[in-house]
Amino acid sequence: MLPFGIDLKSATPRQISAAVSTTRRNFLRMAAGMGLGATVFGPGDARAATVRRGRKAVVVTFGGGARDDETFSEDGQENIPHLLNELAPQSTFFSQVVNKGILGHYVATASLATGVYETFNNFAAVSPDNPTVFEYFRKGLNRPATDAWVIAPSNGFNRIGESGRRGFGPGLGAGVILPKRLLAAALSKGSHAEYDHLLRDNYETPLYAPSLQGHEFELDQIASVLKLSVSEFTRHAQTLTSPDELSVFVAKQLMSQLAPSLLWITLHDIDIAHSGAFSLYIDGIRRSDRLCAEIWSAIQSEPEYKDRTTLFILPDFGRDSDMDSGGNGFQHHRTGDPLSRTTWMLALGSGAKEKTVVDRPVESVDLVPTVGAVLGFDARFSQGKPIPEVA
Amino acid sequence: MLPQDLQPDKFFRYPPEARKLAADHIEALRRLPLAFAPLVLRELIVYDWKFPAERRDLERQFTYLASLDKAQFDALMAPFAGLRLPPSLESIDWVNSPGIFSEQLTSQLWATRQIDTFSSAAVDYVAKVAAFAPDPPLPTHRLAIVIIGRGAEKPADYALFRKIRRQGVYFPNVRAEDGVRGVLHVLDRRAQEQRQRFAHWYIDGGGALPVESEIVTKVSYDALTPARAALQARMKKTYDSGLGPEVFRTQLALMKPEEIGLNFGNDAVLNRFQLSLLTEGSGTQVFATTFVQWAAREGLRRAQPLTIVVRFAPRQREGSMNELLTEAQRKADLDFRGSLIDADMGAWYTYLNHQRLSGAEHANFAVWFEGHNELVAAGPKLEKGRQSSAPVELADLLDRLA
Repeated sequence: MLPFGIDLKSATPRQISAAVSTTRRNFLRMAAGMGLGATVFGPGDARAATVRRGRKAVVVTFGGGARDDETFSEDGQENIPHLLNELAPQSTFFSQVVNKGILGHYVATASLATGVYETFNNFAAVSPDNPTVFEYFRKGLNRPATDAWVIAPSNGFNRIGESGRRGFGPGLGAGVILPKRLLAAALSKGSHAEYDHLLRDNYETPLYAPSLQGHEFELDQIASVLKLSVSEFTRHAQTLTSPDELSVFVAKQLMSQLAPSLLWITLHDIDIAHSGAFSLYIDGIRRSDRLCAEIWSAIQSEPEYKDRTTLFILPDFGRDSDMDSGGNGFQHHRTGDPLSRTTWMLALGSGAKEKTVVDRPVESVDLVPTVGAVLGFDARFSQGKPIPEVA
Repeated sequence: MLPQDLQPDKFFRYPPEARKLAADHIEALRRLPLAFAPLVLRELIVYDWKFPAERRDLERQFTYLASLDKAQFDALMAPFAGLRLPPSLESIDWVNSPGIFSEQLTSQLWATRQIDTFSSAAVDYVAKVAAFAPDPPLPTHRLAIVIIGRGAEKPADYALFRKIRRQGVYFPNVRAEDGVRGVLHVLDRRAQEQRQRFAHWYIDGGGALPVESEIVTKVSYDALTPARAALQARMKKTYDSGLGPEVFRTQLALMKPEEIGLNFGNDAVLNRFQLSLLTEGSGTQVFATTFVQWAAREGLRRAQPLTIVVRFAPRQREGSMNELLTEAQRKADLDFRGSLIDADMGAWYTYLNHQRLSGAEHANFAVWFEGHNELVAAGPKLEKGRQSSAPVELADLLDRLA
């Protein structure tokens, strides 16, 4: 029996998803005083016609799913004080975001970025098959390369910025920054020891940790994109405790120097859960919670972003339920059970109503068309549809 | 090749007992669809190294399949037969490499969004086999005792046993003199009373303490230090070679116990089990807490013991992969606080896995904070969610549970 009162053995996936959603909604209503959005916004709300000019979107995904048990539940609330007390009350909270695709982080993040459930090998360094949100944005709005960026956690994500789709693809995607590679490049001639904790890559297969290498390209990115010297970059990196902190440092630098209209940040510390150490997984959640607040704070303090930016925060998917004997609880996301497929999303800032909970199911592939509606481009090959409460 | 083409000589590479079992049930194997037959063979090919409970489960499946008439058999297999598979799967040597087939099948099912259909068919199949021949009554109730927190002080803001407290009685005032030995004494006693191989287990995240009964199955993180060192050296070598994770996983799946020095007492079944903990588990190679949790899970799931004692020990502090992989060769810096939290969750998972075994309605469970006064006990005679603050001796509580 689950804490929210349904028997996992006899419930249908839809019932389980709905129960999870209800728990999140009730919890938020109690904890953050948030109301139901369905009574405020109906599908097809006319706000989609608002002016798009000058609007920006920042998407933050947790590329290591987090479960309700450790986040939006009674036991989990202590791990997400910033999301719960600072960001949720300012947001529209989607309590039931369903991912029907493959639950591997790269392929799932690619699916989030294309709005299509991609089916390629999760461990292959390939471009997504379908146009990414960055290509729709740049091609549709005729935007320069400097206006769309991805900050991705590991080597495997280096092709996330653009697809192999004819008519889109090379030259139309986002710039991809892999902060660990930047650091590896910056350290190429010196000792790595004091930076090793920032260079850890790929938790999904903890048995395998490919060596990170940086090249001239990455060194050039430090100077030309982040406007930092190598020594400034490494000096700051030394003050950080995790790869995600490095990613957020890079994101803030990018925001202040280039102010891209579309910025995508994938956090990954939570995926340490694959090592089976629950305390490290919790540490990852707490760090992600704090970093989300830092990103929101950066949005508020940068004139280029303040009052014109919509921030989306969502895990790429959940993790296995404690109650599914086929998995090992929080450690993995292999069962494909309803809890590992059902997660949540916060949308806040420009165009998103505050203190609102949306209960009906939306899909993770709805994100791209929703960003499209916010920024004013058509994600025409996406399998999803714009979410009217935000778009 | 398709299952209908199977012949007894196709199994000539199988170990002797597995080969015989396959030949005995060749008719049933021929009737299975391609999406299912290799999954049965994945279990069958390691039959010689399976625990008695696993052998019974596999034999029960064949007995059940043989009891079905054609219509029933076809109906049972229809969901598997209806899966859309690419012809490339047929060309895999799934008789000799059922694990590789299984990996590729899984990948295919995810990519084509058929994984849910497969999963629900598999759950249905297992339920039908269990209903056909329920487990026989146990000679005694099951007992699991988890010991956590060796060397750790609980942080003031940490709610120990939060999940398990809801399942039983919380005793905050337990007196324990030489508590670990008391627990092992209970294990010994039960092993002497029910002398069955692999029915009584002791898993330790450090060095195992001695137990009198030779019938107790002992697994410890420290005893596997040479094996972990050998495996870690291989892992580092693989990184340097630039092989991808999938190739590496295949290498691990093909590894034999003796390749990393696992040849304790010529116990082939236990050696294979310990190899699987290190090659199939994730994090078991570098974190003692993960090792213990996974070993308890796999021990419970596979051997279905009557008694299990699980003792967590502190794990090394998180570090770079290079640091983590040299843990077996150096004195590791330990993370006591994190280890306590890990073990607390590990105890919860041990409780859940214990509850998944037959006879769960009569099973007893206890988790004790080693060197401290806190314990939670759960079982049919213990009220859920209650607290009992009266002083109590650990030995008395154990006697009640045993």
